[in-house]
Amino acid sequence: MVKAEGIRKSFGSKIVLRGIDLQVNEGETLAIFGPNGAGKTTLIRMITAVSPPTTGNIWVLGYDLKAHARMVKAMLGVVPQADNLDPDLTVLQNLMTFARYFEIPRQEARQRSMEVLRLFQLDDRCKGKIDELSGGMKRRLLIARGLINQPRILILDEPTIGLDPQAKYLVWDKLRELKSQGVTQLLPTQNMEEASTLCDRVAIMHQGKVLALDTPKKLIAQYVGDDIWEIEINSGEWDKLRGKLENNRLESEKVGGKLHVFHVSDRELLRRLVDIPESLSRRHATLEDVFFKITGRTLAE
Amino acid sequence: MISFSWRFIRMWQRNSDVFLRLWRSEIPGFVIEPLLVLVAMGFGLGAYVGLVDGQRYIEFITPGIIASYTMFSASFECTYGTFFRMEFQKTFDAIIATPLNIEDVIAGEIFWGATRSMLTGTMILTVASIFHLVHSPWALLIPIFSLLIGTMFSSIAMLFTSIVPSVNSFNYFFTLFITPMFFFSGVFFPISSFPEIVKNLSWIAPLTPAVHLSRALVTGELHWSLLWSLGLIIILIVLFFSASLVSMRRRLTR
Repeated sequence: MVKAEGIRKSFGSKIVLRGIDLQVNEGETLAIFGPNGAGKTTLIRMITAVSPPTTGNIWVLGYDLKAHARMVKAMLGVVPQADNLDPDLTVLQNLMTFARYFEIPRQEARQRSMEVLRLFQLDDRCKGKIDELSGGMKRRLLIARGLINQPRILILDEPTIGLDPQAKYLVWDKLRELKSQGVTQLLPTQNMEEASTLCDRVAIMHQGKVLALDTPKKLIAQYVGDDIWEIEINSGEWDKLRGKLENNRLESEKVGGKLHVFHVSDRELLRRLVDIPESLSRRHATLEDVFFKITGRTLAE
Repeated sequence: MISFSWRFIRMWQRNSDVFLRLWRSEIPGFVIEPLLVLVAMGFGLGAYVGLVDGQRYIEFITPGIIASYTMFSASFECTYGTFFRMEFQKTFDAIIATPLNIEDVIAGEIFWGATRSMLTGTMILTVASIFHLVHSPWALLIPIFSLLIGTMFSSIAMLFTSIVPSVNSFNYFFTLFITPMFFFSGVFFPISSFPEIVKNLSWIAPLTPAVHLSRALVTGELHWSLLWSLGLIIILIVLFFSASLVSMRRRLTR
């Protein structure tokens, strides 16, 4: 559905993307997980034909983006991170006007607009002004707007950022529903829960590169193991303890004020290595651990 | 150059929808102000001015008022109006993610600016006719003339908008370019009455051919030399229209 090859992007001397290869399969939900400044939004701007890559090629639905930007854009639903609703128009007019950009006939545009407004529980606001909406409502309206052309690929940049938990679950439900209807989704996010619960695969992005790409389960199993052991100790003893762990072939990483130990198969061995057993605790591993593990290592390199 | 397509009409429609929603707040700018100027200068200053051919002063300035407020309408729309939509409301960002491209959006903006000019020109013409200031049937071409002049000034304004760093920069555009033209392009005084240097500047100002054409249409005194004015306007439209599309793509492609 989406294929990116060797995407590089620089603004003057600042390099933002350093060679991205990515493929999104039909019907799949792919998360792009990474911190601010990783290049997620820049990558999305290339895939949605809003900004050209410095080098590299992108195909969407089999079409080369350079030659068929209009045709591709007609089949994409784009939900940007920043609110760019049209404040000069009412809620309903926003959707109707957007539908017109896609050449959707008026009658049908009206029907679809009301449909998506109901879907996101905004139908009672249809005559309201944009300025009168709360942040969460604006976000929902942006997503509703992205669905107006019934896109085959939906691209949502941080779909639930700034939403309260209720609205967040509402959005997640709708995204799952769209997935079950076969809509391919590309989802840049910093929300680990979002990436692991909604997505089939997760691309971990950092400093303009995709460092790993797999299902959440496999990423966790491969990089950190199912459980993480955390050790809380004084920073002075870190190096000594890490030395000991390394001698026993245990991988560890400093995260926040703690030392994380991965892939522990023999917990008795770990207990013996740590002087104060109370400082040791275990929890389920998450994508965040994978992220810290991978990026921690690149920083060290 | 990637060119614009018929889809620009969707951007135009967006702006016209907004205008139909908010037109009441626009009335002072495009109806009341030109009439104030017409009445104040026409009757006030006109009482002291005797024209050679016995024409009333208010009749002399009517075509110039039409041409210059046509200029103002297009210029405001494609400087402040466009800049607000582009930079503060991020309207263009949303639209270029749809099948419209940057050129469609900008062409839509320019033709919308021209449409505003047409509304202004037609309004002033209507009021002037009611007060018997218009004597020629050629004046019926004023709406089309305003559309043409509007396209020229929208394109010029758009090129400027494509390079300004902030909204404050428009002060330069209006103070150094638009306002001087209002005074020195033959609206209130014949260009021949100015000192040599001002005269030369007046001849190259884009408002000057517009005032010539407007005066000819309102008085019905047409002559072949007007083709020069028309030709100049068309050349300026072609130049500035294409330059503003190229320059806006450069600005908006990041």
